[in-house]
Amino acid sequence: MGYFEHDADIGVIGCGATPEAAFVAAAEAMFGIMVNTRALRDERHIVFEFDETDLELAFVTWLNRLLAEARRHGLALCRFGLRRGGSRWLGEAWGQAWDDTIVPGTEVKGATLTMLSVRAAASGWEARCVVDV
Amino acid sequence: MNLNSLKQLDEYRWTIPSAADQKPLPITLFGTRELLETMDDKVLEQIRNVALLPGLVGNATTMPDAHWGYGFPIGGVAAFDPKQGGIISAGGVGFDISCGIRCLRTNLTLDQTAPKIAPLADELFRTIPAGVGKEGKLKLSPAQLDDVLEGGAVWAVDQGYGVKEDIEYVEEHGQVKGAEPKNVSALAKERQRGEMGTLGSGNHYLEVQVVDRIYDAEAAAAFGLFENQVLVSIHCGSRGLGHQIGTDYLITLAKAAARLGIRLPERELACAPIESPEGQQYIGAMLAASNCALANRQILADLTRMAFERVFPAANLETLFDVSHNTCKAERHRADGDERLLFVHRKGATRAFGPGHPTLPERYRATGQPVLIGGSMGTGSYVLAGLAEAESRAFASACHGAGRAMSRSQALKKWRGEQLVKELDRQGILIRTRSYRGAAEEAPGAYKDVDAVVEATEKAGLARRVVHTVPKACVKG
Repeated sequence: MGYFEHDADIGVIGCGATPEAAFVAAAEAMFGIMVNTRALRDERHIVFEFDETDLELAFVTWLNRLLAEARRHGLALCRFGLRRGGSRWLGEAWGQAWDDTIVPGTEVKGATLTMLSVRAAASGWEARCVVDV
Repeated sequence: MNLNSLKQLDEYRWTIPSAADQKPLPITLFGTRELLETMDDKVLEQIRNVALLPGLVGNATTMPDAHWGYGFPIGGVAAFDPKQGGIISAGGVGFDISCGIRCLRTNLTLDQTAPKIAPLADELFRTIPAGVGKEGKLKLSPAQLDDVLEGGAVWAVDQGYGVKEDIEYVEEHGQVKGAEPKNVSALAKERQRGEMGTLGSGNHYLEVQVVDRIYDAEAAAAFGLFENQVLVSIHCGSRGLGHQIGTDYLITLAKAAARLGIRLPERELACAPIESPEGQQYIGAMLAASNCALANRQILADLTRMAFERVFPAANLETLFDVSHNTCKAERHRADGDERLLFVHRKGATRAFGPGHPTLPERYRATGQPVLIGGSMGTGSYVLAGLAEAESRAFASACHGAGRAMSRSQALKKWRGEQLVKELDRQGILIRTRSYRGAAEEAPGAYKDVDAVVEATEKAGLARRVVHTVPKACVKG
C-alpha cells in the first residue's frame, strides 16, 4: 500500500498478485488516512456484495462501499478481504466500533475517478485513485 | 502552472489563445501572475476539459484560489443550458454537496471574550461533534430524514434548532426547491442517521473570529459588523449523505455518459444531459443533499449558541449569512443577449449576487450578498460583498477560500500537529482537535495567501472586501 500526491486530496495505491489483492492493499491505505489501523482490534466483521463488470469502476465501488459500510456500522476498519466470481464481488472487513480511545486521522469522503487505474504491473497488479478528504 | 500557453487579458484575467484555424476556447482564469504560477498545470487541463462539455454557455472560469480537483478544478465555475443539451456533472459539485459557511455575528467584542476564550473553546469542543467517527445526539429514522431532505434549515428551525430570523439569511431562504428524497439511496440515508449536527474533519471547522479590519464601512454597517466584534464561522456540508450521493451518482453518470455517447476527455467528468433521466435523478438527489447541508449548519449554529450562552449568558448570535460553495443551481442569467435558465456549477466557488438581486434579503439588497471566505486557522478570513459585474464575468461567483499551496502529505512531512497547535496557542489562536494529523494537514502554511486571493477576487470584479477577521479559537475535526 502507498500514497501519491494530489493538491487537496490524497492518492491511494494498492499492489498485489491479483486485482483483488491490490484492491485490499488500497483499502488498507485508505483507512490508514482515517486511523492507525495497526492499533485497532479486528473484533467486528462485516460482509457485503456488489456487481460490477468494469475493473476500474469495481475498484472505486469497493472503496466507496467500505466507507459506507464502516459508517453504517459505526466501525473503524483495519482488515479487508475480497473475492470475485465473474462480475460479482464479495467483500468483507474487520474492525472495532469507534470510541474516544481511537485517535482519529482525517475523514475520507469518497473514492473518485481521478487518476483511476487498475493495471497489470511487472510484479503483479496495481490499483490507484484519488480519495476526497 | 506554466503561463506560456496563456494569454493575459489584464492584470487579473487570463485565457487560452486559439490556434489560427481553431475557435477559441471559452475560458477565463482569474488571478494574478503569482497566484496562477502556484497552481498545478492540472487546473488548466481540467478547465479546458470542462469547456468542451456539451451545452456550455459563456466562459468556463477558475477563481483565484483554484486548484486541482477531480474532473472540475476546485474553484471552477461553469454554466450549462438544458435546452442546448447542457450537462450536469457530479464532479462539478463534489462529494461534499453544498459544503459551505454559516457566519454568525455576536454582540460581543474581543475585550469581553478574551478573558474567557479558553473556556469558550473548550465548551465549543465539548458541544460540537467533530472528527472521524463522531456522531451527533440527533438520530433520525429514514422517514424523518426525508423531511430534512425536503425541509432544509426550515425543518431544523421547526424542530427547535435556531430561530425563524435565521432563515431569512440562509441562501434559498433555508430550503432548496426541487429536492427528491426518493432519489437518495437507502445507504446514503443510513450513513446520515447519526451525522446530523456534526462538523466532519479535513478542512471543516468552527472558528471564533474577531473583526480586525474594515474595508467598506457602509457595507459593514449593513451586515451588522464592527471593529473588534466577535464572529463565528462554521464550515461544513452534507456529511455522509452527500458523500454517498456523490459516490452513487459518480458511477451512474459515468455509465450514462458512455451510453449517451458523450465524449469525455476524462472519465472523472462523469456527467449526463440535464434533461436525461439520469441527470434529473442526480439533480433531485443533489438538491436533497443541499437541504441536508443547510439543516446541518442550522443545527450546528444552534449548538454554537448554546455553548456561547453557557460561557457568556448575555451573548446574542445572529445569522449574518449562510452560503454554499459546492453546488449546481438552476439560476436565471443573461447570456448572449437573453435571460436564460442555466445550471451553474460552482465547485469550490461561492455564489456572489450583486446589489439589487431579487433573491437577496432586503437588508442586503443595496450592498450585495455577503460572500463568506475561509482562510486558514492561523491567518484570517474575509466577508466580501457581491458585485453586479460578477454576473457577466463568472455568473455571479467568487472564490471560496485561500486554496491549498501544498498537498496534505507534504504538509504532514513539514509540520507536526502537536507542535503546530502549541505554536498557534502562543500566537493567541486556540485549536481544539482530536486529530493532530488533521491539524498538521491543515497547517496555515499549507494554504495560499488568502489576502492575495481576495485582493485578486476584488480587482477582478468578482466581489469586494467588506471586513477581515482573525482567528481566536478553532474547533477542528
